[in-house]
This record gives sequence, structure tokens and C-alpha cells, in this order.
Amino acid sequence: MSASPPPSSPVSPDGAEPVGAAFILRKAVLSALVALGLFSLMVGVRTEAGQSGQLEYWTRFGELASLVGAVFVGSIAVELLRLWLGPRGGLGSFVPSSVQNGLSAAGRYVAPALLIFTFLVPVIFYNQRYILDLGILVLTYVMLGWGLNVVVGLAGLLDLGYVAFYAVGAYSYGLLSTTFGLSFWICLPLAGILAAFWGVLLGFPVLRLRGDYLAIVTLAFGEIIRLVLINWQDVTGGPNGISGIPRPTLFGIPLAPGEGGLAAMLGIPFSPTHRIVFLFYLILALALLTNWVTIRLRRLPIGRAWEALREDEVACRALGINITTTKLTAFATGAMFGGFAGAFFATRQGFISPESFTFQESALVLAIVVLGGMGSQLGVALAALAMIGGFELFRSLEVYRMLVFGLAMVLVMIWRPRGIVGHRAPTVFLEKSKSISSDLVKEGHG
Amino acid sequence: MDYFAQQLINGLVLGSIYGLIAIGYTMVYGIVGMINFAHGDVFMIGGFIALISFLVLVSVGLTAVPVILLIVLLVSMAITALYGWTIERIAYRPLRHSFRLAPMLSAIGMSFVLTNFSQVSQGARVKPVPPIITGGYTLHEGDGGFVVQLSNIQIVVVITTIVLLGLFTWLVSRTRLGRDMRACEQDQTMAALLGVDVDRTISMTFVIGAALAAVAGMMYLLYYGLVDFFMGFVAGIKAFTAAVLGGIGSLPGAMLGGLAIGLIETFWSAYFSVEYKDVAAFSILIVVLIFLPTGLLGRPEVEKV
Repeated sequence: MSASPPPSSPVSPDGAEPVGAAFILRKAVLSALVALGLFSLMVGVRTEAGQSGQLEYWTRFGELASLVGAVFVGSIAVELLRLWLGPRGGLGSFVPSSVQNGLSAAGRYVAPALLIFTFLVPVIFYNQRYILDLGILVLTYVMLGWGLNVVVGLAGLLDLGYVAFYAVGAYSYGLLSTTFGLSFWICLPLAGILAAFWGVLLGFPVLRLRGDYLAIVTLAFGEIIRLVLINWQDVTGGPNGISGIPRPTLFGIPLAPGEGGLAAMLGIPFSPTHRIVFLFYLILALALLTNWVTIRLRRLPIGRAWEALREDEVACRALGINITTTKLTAFATGAMFGGFAGAFFATRQGFISPESFTFQESALVLAIVVLGGMGSQLGVALAALAMIGGFELFRSLEVYRMLVFGLAMVLVMIWRPRGIVGHRAPTVFLEKSKSISSDLVKEGHG
Repeated sequence: MDYFAQQLINGLVLGSIYGLIAIGYTMVYGIVGMINFAHGDVFMIGGFIALISFLVLVSVGLTAVPVILLIVLLVSMAITALYGWTIERIAYRPLRHSFRLAPMLSAIGMSFVLTNFSQVSQGARVKPVPPIITGGYTLHEGDGGFVVQLSNIQIVVVITTIVLLGLFTWLVSRTRLGRDMRACEQDQTMAALLGVDVDRTISMTFVIGAALAAVAGMMYLLYYGLVDFFMGFVAGIKAFTAAVLGGIGSLPGAMLGGLAIGLIETFWSAYFSVEYKDVAAFSILIVVLIFLPTGLLGRPEVEKV
């Protein structure tokens, strides 16, 4: 047997193999054949339960042929692109550094511009309820993304059960307000504290685990919490959830029509839009709080410790950083923001049920964090805007949402492992910072 | 006692299915060191392909059930194995030396892709099939009228599992490929230096794991009579629990863990509460990882810098 390629060889042709038209064509034909095998039954035949419950099927060879054709053409395109970009194909490496610097300079203005625009959204779109609602939804995900970013992006702990803390926050507010009649502003910190408490409680035993195991365990925790919410009917209302959750007030002044309402106090005619605008600014404030706290924490020793932990856990331990407390604080901080977002979600909807806290939700937030570039605040905000807002605008494509998210996650990991928009390099460097290619960021090198 | 015996049978059958999926997790973890998060969805795809090929074969006019089942088994194994190969090729191989979280995140992305691909291509509704293998034996008739039954489908599931396990054990312990796999598990660089084609071996690992998952998917289809696009998620976590419980990286451990999880889940449903059966399985995962991270038959992992 001749010498086999070393395991580290990339998939792209290494220059050893002559890349010509024949090679590209052969590869495209092979890809098309594989695609034909993959899709033959899954796409070529469509099954559905008929009227009598009997399964029926019909064939869709047209779709199958077009998919295989698309793979064929796509394969040729990818190969040509690779040829054009050189053997070390990758989006990061072919952009010259001057352009990259220019982009990062432009990036400095994107964030303030985006912020100002967000502040003006309720003014510009005052009469468009749909856009305001969409804005609130996007901001909720921005906040969740920023919260999870503390755990995944800064501390490098993969948390697949983040929605559990969102649920804890939502149910804390729902239960406290409906049973004890506490107001939103008292419940908000309580929801955050409770979520953080759960974060510590869940985190304490499992944070010793390695990255992958931790991910699975957090996933299990998320599912356990959801199943308990469904089945513990006496407290949580089971699948029916909690309804009649009070709307938020402006520090005690209800945003309602009639005497004592905000509109009456200000002497302006009441409009339901007031509440929507109020909710918009509320979630914006909460999201900005998350952002501000994260940025501040990053400059504190604990934030430095998180980043160090993300880069190399063993080295971190060798330097005397207490791994457990460092991980726990990251976990609890992230959970607290999740709890805030949950309380907001409950007050906005007025109704919560376990339906809203499935793994899909965790997955969505995680995808936003990953696509935005783990650790990058602006990236997460842009990813949430593109992914949530973008898909809301094309409602008919809703079913493709997670498909696109999944593909994007895989592609981002392959081409730009630290995110599309950019990544957060460690804040402190021993020497001057260098841009690191993805080949070098494995453990012990980065 | 009769009730207990019946639950024991049910648990063993369920455990066989979990065990078949768990082998895929444990093999990939042993060699590549990553959790193949998409493996549960590969199992789901296997179930779908078995369903579709079964429908097509029946409508073509085949009537002999054993022949149909054999063809369905081979077709679903082949196509699902192709899925396993493609997933490794696209989503994992380029990341083999990337940073720590990259393969896991890519696997999660792949899992979304597979789940939603089958939702888009086959629809979100549950697909029921009429029972294909019917009949069975009455093992014991109790005083209270409770009957312990062993259905033919249960026999088929268990026998298929045993045969496949035998085949698989032979493959790993006696063939060239198995030796390569064990070599890669110990030290990939050294194996490559000694002429083992590491890339090919890893590909084959995914292919075998996917083929076994396809068998599990088909057994699930035959046993429960339905498939849906989301079934890979919970089954995947439980099979992963089985792999961890048995000691991840250990093949007999995966089967042992699968049986244990199947039994625990069945007995929990029978004696405590059906609602919390998934909670029980997930709690076992957490408890095992915290207190017994090497599992029942695993070796302790040494962290190298």
C-alpha cells in the first residue's frame, strides 16, 4: 500500500492532484450520483396518510431530477471557485487585509447606526403594528442571543438547554403575578434571580464535564424542565399553560384606557399602540442592559477568565483559575439574562405554555449565536435580525427556516469557524494580535 | 409476576433498538472523539427509507413478506449508510482539526438539516403502517387472566439484533477493517504512519454506524408501526444515554447500556408513571455522567495536553 495522506490533509485538492476539467467533471458526476442515491426515495417518493388512514404515495421524479441537477451544477461551481481562490480556499483568506481593515472600520459605524435606527423604529413605524411586533420579536432573540453569548461565546461552554432558563423566567413571572399579584417590576429581578439560581443548581454538578458531554447534559436538563412543566399540572397548568398574566405597567401606571391610565394622565387619547411601543422600548432596554453588562464584565477579571477558559481550559487551570466558579458565574449570568427575557416574554404574550420552550427554541438561539460569530455582540444582533426578521418577512418559507439554519451552521463551521460577521478574539494578548486561520485554532494552538 | 415478565420482554425489545443506535454513537466517539449529534436523525431517515421502500415494494406486487422485509432491510441499510458517509464527508471531515466546539456545532446543524429535510420532503404528519408481522405466542396464562405474550415481531427484532451484533463483532475483531478501526481509535497519527488509511476508516465507521441505525429505524417502524420526522431526537438522546451508560467507546457496553435503558424505561412506565419516562431516561444520563463518567465498561479518559 502506498503512503496514505496524513490525517490533517484538507479536502481541497492539495496541488498534488492535477485539477483539470476532467477532474471537476468526474467529481461533479460522483456528487450527482451520491445525491441521486440520497434523494431517490426521500424526495422521489412522497408518502402521506390517505383518507382511510392507509398510506398512499406518489412519485416526484421532476423534483428529484432538478435536485440532482442542482447538486451537479453546484459541485462544478464549488470546484471552479476553489480553483479560482487557490488551494487554501476560504472566504477569510482571499479577502486582502486592507479590505478586511476597511470592513472593520465600517463595522465601527454599523453598531451605532443600528442602535439609532432601532430607537427610531417606533417613531417611524408608529402605525404599523406588524413591524413593531416583528421588532419586539427580533429584539427578544437579540437579547436571548446576547445572553447565550456569555455562556457559549465568552466562556466556550456549549449550552443546548438555554430555553430552560427562558422558561424558568417566564413561569416565575407567570406564577408570581397570577398567584401573589406581584407587579412586573418586582418580578423581573426575581425571575432573573430564580433563573440564575437554577443555572447554578444545574451547573454545579455538571460543569466538570467535557464540552460535548456538557452540551448533552444541558440538553437533557432543558427537556426535563419542559416535561415537568407539561406534567406538573397542579402548579404549571400542564399543557394548557398559564393565561391571564398581567400586562406590564409603567412603574405602576397601567397602559390602559380609562381613569388612572397613562393616556388619561398625559391627557392624550388612548391607543393600544402605546403598549406595543412601551414593550418595544422595554425589550430594547433589557437587551441593551444585557449588552452593557456583558461588555463591562469582559473587562473585569472574571471576563478575562471566561475568555481564557474558552481558549484553553488546561492552561487556565494551570494558572490557578478556579474553573468551577468561573464556569458557574458564566452559566448563572447567561441564565439570568434568559430569565429576564422569559419574564418579558410572559408579560408580552399574557399567556405561556410549555409549547414555547421546546428544544427548537434553544436550537434557534444557539444558531443565532454561532452564525453571528461566537462572542461578537454585533454579529449576534445582525444574525438575529437576518434570521428572525428575514424569515418573518417570507412567511411561506417558514418550513425551510431550520433547514437553512442547519446548513448555515455547517457551512459557517467549515469556512468561518468563528462566525460570519466576525469573532471576538481574546481581549488580551501576550503579543500583538494576529488573525488566526481556522487550521490553527485547534486546542493548544489558538 | 406475569406483568413483570411481560415488561421484561418489552424492555428487552426496546433495549435492542436503543442498543443498535447506541453502537453508532459509541463507535464514532471512540474513533473521532466527537458526539455525532445527527445520529438520531440518521436513525429517523432509516425508518423513513424503510417505510417508503416497503410501500413501493408492496404496490409493485410483491407479496412474500420475508422477501419484502429482506429487500427493505438491504435498501434502507444501503441508502442510510450513504447518508452516514455523506454527512461525515460534508460536515465533519473538514473540521477534524478545527477548534473544540466546531464538530459538535456542525453536527447540531446537520441534525437540523436532516430533521427539516424529512419534514419538508415527506410532510410533518405521522406516517402509520399496518402491522406487517403479526401473530405471536402465549407464554403463560396467569390466574387473573393476564397473559404473557411474545409476539413474532418481538422475536424478529431480537433475532435481527443478535445476528447483526454477531456480524459486527466479527467485523471489528477479525477483519482488516476492524483492526484499522481499533488502530485509529488508539492513535490516529501512528496508525496513519503505519499505512492505515485513516480517512477511509473513519468513513467506514460512519457507514457502519448509519447502517445499524437504519436497521434500528426499520425495527422501530415494524414494532411501533409509525415514523415521523421528529422521532430521531428523543430516540437519539436515549441511545446516547445508553452509549454513555455502557461506557462510551465500548461496543459491548453500548448494547448493554441499550438494554439497560430499554428495561429502565419500560419498568418505569409500568410501575411509576408513563408521563415521566423520558425524565427518567434523561436523569439517568445526568446521574451517570456525574457519578460514573466512564460508564459500566468504559476506560477512564486521560486528558492529554
